[in-house]
Amino acid sequence: MTTKTNETQIIVDPDVPLVRIIREFDASPEKVFRAHTDPDLFKQWNGPDGYETDIETFDCRTGGSWRYKSSGQGWEGWFRGSFHEIRPNSVIIQTFNYEDIPDAVALERIEFEDLGNGRTRLTSTSLVDSFEGRDSFVASGMEVGVIEGYQRLDGILAAN
Amino acid sequence: MVDNVAAYRLSDVFSALADPTRRDMVARLAVGDATVTELAEPYDVTVQAVSKHLRVLEDAGLVSRTRDAQRRPVHLEAEVFDLMTKWIERYRRLAAQRYTKLDTVLETMSESGKEEST
Repeated sequence: MTTKTNETQIIVDPDVPLVRIIREFDASPEKVFRAHTDPDLFKQWNGPDGYETDIETFDCRTGGSWRYKSSGQGWEGWFRGSFHEIRPNSVIIQTFNYEDIPDAVALERIEFEDLGNGRTRLTSTSLVDSFEGRDSFVASGMEVGVIEGYQRLDGILAAN
Repeated sequence: MVDNVAAYRLSDVFSALADPTRRDMVARLAVGDATVTELAEPYDVTVQAVSKHLRVLEDAGLVSRTRDAQRRPVHLEAEVFDLMTKWIERYRRLAAQRYTKLDTVLETMSESGKEEST
């Protein structure tokens, strides 16, 4: 069925502190939605390569909440948030927070768009309350090597 | 906090590039160094306005100007620009990894309802 790889697109908005990720899937909106809302399916794909997801809470309904531990490459951290709005096969609106930085809460909107022929376009938009927050979000991307990256930027900027 | 300072500076880079005129100036400087007068030419703005834009780019570390020469050409600090692009690309790649795994999960799922236990 899959004849070409589906590209993951990223949009870093210059005017609003948001990051948008767009990706198409060779599956119906029902299936893609279910893979987001069923904890047993969700934990199988959440996180980048080499990271495991251990779910503590996953009450996926409007007004529910979630919490999980992500671990890998000698690092572990807890993430949590609220399911603000769950509209079957259409929209998930939730908050996202890395517990070590409790004030930095992202508002996420995940849209499932039916493209027909068993295809779905997923658009995931993360909005934060400042450009600084958004940019450190993009800069970190939940990776361990982030400090190293910051130090490198420090060096480059100091040289200017 | 070392990382916070760096994050704020990265944010300067992003906001410096938020303006379409400044983005255009960066694109032109990517081709080669240019003087303020040369940079001002295609725009319907004063040299002063262009200088103001340049100061924002300079503060963000994106461009530099030679102090000694009479012409004081503006130079693009490609390394800072590349670093930002790299960070965005890394973020994109992490999302792509996650969705490649989702592809695999979707293949194992039945069209409607109960999953077979693995």
